[in-house]
Order: sequence, then C-alpha cells, then structure tokens
Amino acid sequence: MATHAAAHDAHDHKPGFVDRWFFGTNHKDIGTLYLLFSLLMFFIGGAMALVIRAELFMPGMQIVNPEFFNQMTTVHALVMIFGAVMPAFVGLGNWMIPLMIGAPDMALPRMNNWSFWILPFAFLMLLSTLFMDSGGPAGGWTLYPPLSLQGGASMPFVIFAIHMMGISSIMGAINIIATILNLRAPGMDLLKMPVFCWTWLITAFLLIGVMPVLAGAVTMLLTDKFFLTSFFNAAGGGDPVMYQHIFWFFGHPEVYIMILPAFGVVSEIIPTFSRKPLFGYQAMVYATASIAFLSFIVWAHHMFTVGMPLGGQLFFMYATMLIAVPTGVKVFSWVSTMWKGAMTFETPMLFALGFVVMFTIGGFSGLMLAIVPADFQYHDTYFVVAHFHYVLVTGAVFSIMAATYYWLPKWTGVMYSEKLGKAHFWLSTIFVNLLFFPQHFLGLAGMPRRIPDYNVAFSDFNMISSIGAFGFGLSQLIFAWVVIRCIRGKGENATAQVWEGAKGLEWTVPSPAPHHTFTTPPVIDDRVLAHGDVSH
Amino acid sequence: MTPRRVLAALALLAMTAMQAQANPEPWQLNMSPGVTETSRMVYDIHMLILWVCVGIGVIVFGAMAVAIVRFRKSKGVVPARWSHNTLAEVVWTIIPVLILVGMAWPATRTLIHMADTEDAELTVKVTGYQWLWRYEYVGTGVNFVSKLDRQSDRTRMLGSGLDPASVLDGDGNVYLLNVDNPLVLPTDTKVRFVFTANDVIHSWWVPALGWKQDAIPGFITDAWTRIDTPGTYRGQCAELCGKDHGFMPIVVKAVPREEFDAWLAQKDAEARGAATAATAMTAGDTLAAVQ
Repeated sequence: MATHAAAHDAHDHKPGFVDRWFFGTNHKDIGTLYLLFSLLMFFIGGAMALVIRAELFMPGMQIVNPEFFNQMTTVHALVMIFGAVMPAFVGLGNWMIPLMIGAPDMALPRMNNWSFWILPFAFLMLLSTLFMDSGGPAGGWTLYPPLSLQGGASMPFVIFAIHMMGISSIMGAINIIATILNLRAPGMDLLKMPVFCWTWLITAFLLIGVMPVLAGAVTMLLTDKFFLTSFFNAAGGGDPVMYQHIFWFFGHPEVYIMILPAFGVVSEIIPTFSRKPLFGYQAMVYATASIAFLSFIVWAHHMFTVGMPLGGQLFFMYATMLIAVPTGVKVFSWVSTMWKGAMTFETPMLFALGFVVMFTIGGFSGLMLAIVPADFQYHDTYFVVAHFHYVLVTGAVFSIMAATYYWLPKWTGVMYSEKLGKAHFWLSTIFVNLLFFPQHFLGLAGMPRRIPDYNVAFSDFNMISSIGAFGFGLSQLIFAWVVIRCIRGKGENATAQVWEGAKGLEWTVPSPAPHHTFTTPPVIDDRVLAHGDVSH
Repeated sequence: MTPRRVLAALALLAMTAMQAQANPEPWQLNMSPGVTETSRMVYDIHMLILWVCVGIGVIVFGAMAVAIVRFRKSKGVVPARWSHNTLAEVVWTIIPVLILVGMAWPATRTLIHMADTEDAELTVKVTGYQWLWRYEYVGTGVNFVSKLDRQSDRTRMLGSGLDPASVLDGDGNVYLLNVDNPLVLPTDTKVRFVFTANDVIHSWWVPALGWKQDAIPGFITDAWTRIDTPGTYRGQCAELCGKDHGFMPIVVKAVPREEFDAWLAQKDAEARGAATAATAMTAGDTLAAVQ
C-alpha cells in the first residue's frame, strides 16, 4: 500500500476542479471547504441576527411580524451553532491536526469527504424551510415540545437536517480520534502533542457521546408528531420536561464541544507571541479532561425553573459551580504564560488576548447563572443571552478568527495585511461589547428572551445593542476581505516559520503547506516541539 | 450617556440598600431587591456573586494589563523559560474552591427557604394559555382570564403608527406590561401558587416577587410568596410559547388584607351569582333542583 501511494505521488497528479473539491480526500482541501462553508454560514446567521436587532432597535413592531421574528431567532442559532462554529473547528482540526502530529492525512480520508459534503445538503434543507408557506422552525433552537410540535411542514425537514449534521459530526469525531491515536509520528507522545490536538481529542469523545442523544431527542419529536407516540405529551403518559432532560444532556456537552477547541487555539497562540512556553502544559490537559467530564453531569442547570426537586437543584448547582475550578486553572495558566514573556501584539495575539478577557467575562455571568436562587431571576432573560454570546462570540468565534490569522500564512503562503487585521480586531471588539454588554443590564432589569417588542424602559440599551450589532456585522466584511486577499495570493510571501516564537511540526513544512506533507514520517527533534521538553 | 450619568448609575449600583421598584426603569443597570423577603435574599446573593466576580476580574485583568505593559518585546525584555510553579497552581486551585463554598452556603440557604410552600393562607391556581393567563382563587368561585390591555395590543400591531410611549397608567409607561384583569393578592399573607398550562410551556415571572416558575401542560408546579408592600408589580411570560410570547404580561396588585378580603368576597359573590344565573338558564325546568 505504501509503495503504491508513493508511486502515485510521483505522477504528475493534477485532479480537475470537480475531482479535487467534490471527490477529494485531502485533509487540507477538506479543511478549506469546512472553513469557507463556515464563513458563509457565519454571514447568513449574522444576517438573521441583524433582522432581529433591527426589529429590536426601538419599541413597537416596525419591520417583521412576531412569527417571522421567532423563525429568525430559531434559525439564527441553528445556523451559528451547527453551521458556523462547529464546522469552523472541524476545518481547523482537519487542516492542522495531521500537520501537528506528523501524519500524512486523516485516518479515514474518504469518510472525511462525506463528513463535509453532508453539510451543504443539510443546511440547504434547513434554510429552505424559511421559504415554506408555514415558515421555518419558530420554537427556539432548543425545539422544546409541545411548542415545537405546533410547527408546520418545516418540522420533518429540520429534524432530518439535524440528523445529517449529527452524522457529519460523529464521523468527523471518529476520524479525529483514529488519527490522533494511530497516526502520530514516532516520538510524538501524547503528552508532547500540541494542546490543540488534546482539546480536539477530548472534544471528539464528547461529540460521540452526545450527538446520538440529540438524534434520539429529535426522533422522539418526530414520532410524537407523526407516529402517535406520547413521549412528551402528558395526555398520553409522557412529559414535556423529559425532552428538556434529553436535549440538555446533549446540549451542555455541546457548548463545551464549541469551546474546548477554542481553548486549544489560544494555548497555541499565546506562547508563540509571548516567546515563552505554555504554563502548566499537563495541568492544561487534565483541566480540559475535567471540564469534559463535568460537562456530562450539569445539564439541568438549563432547567432550574421547571419544578425540579430541591435535591436535584442543589446537586446541579454544586456540579456547575465546580466547573469554574478547572476553567480558572486554564485562565490563570494563560496569564502566567504571558507573565515575564516578551510579547508582541500581532492580530492573532490580539484576538487570543481578547478571548481571554471576554471569555472570562462570559464565565463570570455563567458562574452567576449557576447559583440557583439567583438564576430564578436570570433564567430566560437577556442576562442569559449576554452570557452565552460572550462565551460563544467573544469566546469561540474570536478564537476561530485568531486561528485563521495565525494559520492563514501557512495555508496560503502569504502574510495577511496586518493593518486590516488590526482594524478588524479593534472594530469587532468595540462593537461586540456595545452589542452584548448592555444585554446584561436588560436581563437584570427584567427583559425576557425571545420577544420581538418590549416596554419603553428597555429602549436605551436595546438601541445601543442594535447599533453594536450593525457595527459588528459590517466589521466582519473586513475579515472576509482579508481572507479573500490571502487566497488570491496578495501579500508578502510567508516563510515556513512565519512567527518568530512559533514551535511545532506544522512550522517545519513550507508555506503554503504542500498538498501532501509528511508522506514519510518526520524524524522528530524534541527542540522543534512546543512541549518536547519532557520535564514539562 | 453622559459621564455624570454613568457615575450616578455606578453609584446607584454600589448602594446596597436600594429602593424597590415595581416596574423597569430606563437605563436600569441592576436587579431590584423586590418586595418580599425571598426577593431580598435573592438580590443579596446576586450582589454577593457579582462582587466576587468583579474582585476576581480586577485581579486577573489587572495582571494581564501589567503583563501587557511590562513584558513587551519592544521593551527589550528577555523572556523567561519557566512553565511551572507548583505553589501557584495549588493556590489557584484551592482558593477558588473556598470561594465557591462561600457562595454555595448562602445559596443553599436561600433555596431551602424558597422551597417551603407549606402552611399557605391562600392558594392561587395559575394556568398559562396561548396567549394569556387564567387565575383561580382555590376554594372560591373566583376564576378569570388576564390578558394584554387593549391599548398595548393595538399599539404593538406591525406598522400601527401608534406610539408605545403613550401607553400610560398611574404607574408611568406600561406598554406591554398591563392587563385587563390583574391578579389581586393580599400583603403580609403567605400565598401559594400552583401552576399549569393549557397548551405549551409558559413561565410566570414577576421580578418584584423574586422568582419565576414554569407552567407545564399536564403537570403542576408550585411556588409561594409573601408580599410586604402594597403596590402594582408587573412581569412577563418567560418561556417561548409561540407568536405572542412577548404579549402576555402579568400584573399583580398587592393590597392590604382587609381590602383583599372585601374584594375577594365581592368577586366570589358575583361569580356565584353568575353561575346560578347560567345554570338556571341552561337547566330549564329543573330550576328547583339547582337551588
């Protein structure tokens, strides 16, 4: 097999466009496809957010009717979670994991192709429901019954789309585990691997654990609607709250699925631009594993107001509060990496540091939400909306942007424009805080979630938030422009090393990385690695 | 927002003893302490965790700021090589655990206090509908629906041309926070609520009382309150329930006990009178049987 592959490489191997992009199995190409798909979905989901914020700009209903507004909130979330954030991290994983461990490709390259190509079909199906007579799903991305069962013709399409996305994620996760466990080059011990590989390895186990649970939950919705079951219908002996348990058993690990790779990205970037090793590498790995484990036993903190018994509320409160400990360890370790380093502040570092500050703010509101008696006032208000947007936008999305700026020179061979990158960072940071910080105040003042209109007392912060939304949305056009310029090759040529302080196998290959890398395993010199020092 | 306004708002936030509010105020930054012992306990624990988070934030962001200023390559610093400090790692694991225990203790106490719905003097059954609330005073014939007031409803229509700022009541602006028939409750009385729903999940929330409770079709959930101060307290549905989720508010009118008793007796008499009249009309010649 190996000799056959080597002989194949020696040919003048020029696949046509369709062969390369539709039938290809190359991890770099598939990574690129995921990332471009994610960028498109980010703008589509973002447009929906702008519809929402436009309606909420002033009290009164000016632009859309409440039914359509509910479709926008629902589909905005589904697109951003399943179409933007998750595929972006899969794309980053596909591109970088084989390079980081010295592997020639992912373990299962053909399955990798399918994992990607399922997604455009799934999202076409999901987005098409917005154009149906009965409209798209409007019961929230969480699809709680009985409300979600009142949906029209869109329901089966949404459920089918979710199944497809789930299958894509599960196959991707299997691929990541198989690759990391089996294809590391000799000398690339698990505890010498980049943190990004560790966070993705752990995330992959979370995905395999919980995506089937989501599949079960939405299938039960389907059978309740069409096949006379009563899983969630009290009249038939069922319970709507059982759906919430099943959904959030998936849903809580899901949010960690969306943040663990972000932690990995930041753990790569900060040491590079501090020119200092990551503080506490092993503690970072164990903290990530603890967070993943704890994420399975906290799900009911999304449900504190359903009427749970006191003992249940106390258990979930304590377990949720505990997650603050390993998360705190990570934040302190990042700051300790910076301490006594020699920092420069190129765009990837700006986004990484912005992540640390603003994700921590999101973590604070998360800790507040964990306290059950206080949560009775915060639940289902804009305080929750502020919390999860801080951890997902200034958290996950900022880390994806950090990763893109960090690795674009390796992918495309050219340096992005540092001026445009910095402009993108500062504009995004200013506007994203205008957008989401006031939402903490709105929630504390009493504004519920998922409402298209509000009392005039909530006007001022809503207006500020909407201005922030439009500013933030427009600023992302700079990002798209930066990416397009690099893809077109417009910029200074990048070296293999790219960044002065960068360490790891991925920086030993040329920029742009050749189509096939590490076709024979590299001989690893520990000094080239970020964590090659065994005394770590 | 002018700098003076910001400072005033911050000062307000710093005050621990705050004026209870019945309705949201413009530029409101913080939760109100509310009008029950429970709501004040909730407010206190909210402030406790808020200050803990502010304190930790000051330390972490302060360290980052110092690092960003001092440890720059442009200043010619040589980066250190260390990546461990066992003492630091132990300290920053243990101290957060202690802080969490410090927060968990009052939180547990508050939760236990809120869980005790026994020995109520009055029970109100609340039923959530798409898109209004039904209130029933258990043990009486008083049972009525409470829905969005007409002026708010007309104003909120898409492109109505009507101004939300002109939906007023004695209280001030009550756009989307007013109903035709408020829930009248006595002050200084332990009131137990039982909740259910007719169709989908709703959630009954009056911030001044300090909690919200989901109303689930086919199931019963409960809560309790003891309102200290007479007044009108407004809230909203807090679980997405369809297109008019934002348009089914809650108004609680808390009045002194004697006033409440009189009101309830009168409503009860009206209800029974209406019931008798209704049954008389439908029962036809069996009038004697229903007397």
